Amino acid sequence: MPEILVFLLIKLILVIVIFALWMTMVPLLIWLERKVIADIQVRLGPNRVGPFGLLQPIADAIKLIMKEDITPALVDKWVYGLAPAMLMVPAFLAIAVIPIGGVVTIGERSFALQIMGLYRGPGLFVPELDAGILLVLALSSLGVYGVVLSGWSSANKYSLLGGMRSSAQMLSYELPLGVALVGPLLLAGTLRLNGVVEAQADYGIWFIVPQLVAFAIFLMSGTAEINRSPFDLPEAEQELIGGYHTEYSSFRFAMFFMAEYVNMVTISAVAATFFLGGYRLFFNDIVWLQPVWFVLKLMAFLYLFIWVRGTLPRVRYDQLMKLGWKVFLPVALGNLLVTGLVIAFSPANTILVMSIVGALLGIATFFGLSYAIVYGLRRRRPESERRVVEPTRAGVSE
Amino acid sequence: MIAELVIFIILGTVAVATGVAVILSKNPVHAVLFLVINFFSVAMFYLVLSAQFVAFLQILVYAGAIMVLFLFVVMLLNLTGAIESVQDKLPAQKWVGLALGIALLLEAGVVTAAGVFRQVPAAPPPSPNFGTSAPVGVKLFFDYLLPFEVTSVLLLIAIVGSIVLARRRTY
Repeated sequence: MPEILVFLLIKLILVIVIFALWMTMVPLLIWLERKVIADIQVRLGPNRVGPFGLLQPIADAIKLIMKEDITPALVDKWVYGLAPAMLMVPAFLAIAVIPIGGVVTIGERSFALQIMGLYRGPGLFVPELDAGILLVLALSSLGVYGVVLSGWSSANKYSLLGGMRSSAQMLSYELPLGVALVGPLLLAGTLRLNGVVEAQADYGIWFIVPQLVAFAIFLMSGTAEINRSPFDLPEAEQELIGGYHTEYSSFRFAMFFMAEYVNMVTISAVAATFFLGGYRLFFNDIVWLQPVWFVLKLMAFLYLFIWVRGTLPRVRYDQLMKLGWKVFLPVALGNLLVTGLVIAFSPANTILVMSIVGALLGIATFFGLSYAIVYGLRRRRPESERRVVEPTRAGVSE
Repeated sequence: MIAELVIFIILGTVAVATGVAVILSKNPVHAVLFLVINFFSVAMFYLVLSAQFVAFLQILVYAGAIMVLFLFVVMLLNLTGAIESVQDKLPAQKWVGLALGIALLLEAGVVTAAGVFRQVPAAPPPSPNFGTSAPVGVKLFFDYLLPFEVTSVLLLIAIVGSIVLARRRTY
């Protein structure tokens, strides 16, 4: 068999395995979310279908697909039909660069447990995709299209408002998200995700310590980027009935739902890779066990997202914009500056100095952010920005 | 070589077809979407030319950021009905454009048929890390440092200028 076919076969197996991993995460996550939220709210949660209600997501999916697929009369049919796919496809494509394990060697061939990873066989060498993290950022910015266009094409004011809000939100939070990742990238000295993981193993420290500030900014901006609570303004049920997917039903609605969860898994995977050492433990372990560590770290982040959703109230729109532009972005830029200075002036023991500085900065940022959130954002809007709503007689429109 | 040709033909067809569709579609939102697909096929061209860093930047900056803003503006202006009612102020430009376009196509055809491109010697194969982020960064921050910094200052001026133009007079 020619080498190129072996290469394609191995890659195909990798694609199927990693895709299956993500796809099993989604129903698991839906179940986990309902159970954990129920626990936080002192309820029982789903417990009828299967043991511990584990089969509930399947029942949900069947119910959704069996519903009627409605296309309202005035919608832009092409765009309306394409929008859910525009949201879902980028969400899935980002999986391609996430490493779930190190380099495996079988006989004379070795390959990384990563779809666009390294492959070395007799007479064929394929390096890892060079700028993996850029692909993730590019794809996350493409997700905006699905949200905006579904809102626009629905010919519904609430959908349009949801779409508009989300495009502004996602564009704003892309910046701190990207800038926060530059700190760990500088320390790792590479844009390859596998390289970032190996750098953390070489230094013997997870980047969460030297890049504590970046970690905090990344996590919060990531929550906003994937429209999770407390930043789930685009689909704020109380104000917008459901936001950009108000008009969607059946399988198309299920696609929006799925894209949200896939995005959540992907952002958790990026966080685990950049800040918690990815698939590596502190010591050299068996390569085949590395996906297990990776999934454990992934689950920790997913739990955190659910926990946050069950705990925090939704922020107001002006608070959201203020937080993104006036707090997160400057803090992320400051972290980048400090990291650059440490690398430039202390090349001998960069990671030691950066760990001390980073941890101190992290604590300072924690108190600073808490102060900003409690005293800055909770304040009412100044008189000049407040719109006065005149009381009208009930039932009479203006 | 043959695979490259096939990819080129497919991508070229997509690029030209979407480019034409951008001009021909009546709905401005559709035009924006076709332009996004066009940018994607251009990014694929970069990939085929083993310039992967540029390809990602093409998607990240053009498709991901600039076109979203385009879409935003077009959607908010709601131009759907307005376009058909606008009178063409320069009716002659259609015909001039057509003539110039045909001239350009003819020129390209003549030049290709004359075999100018066949005389170009084959380029040496690029080094393994050609087009990856490291060499692009080295070029940008060592060989072209001054233009790079001047560009960043230019962008800063543009940002400040737009804020000055947009802010309220009351401050």
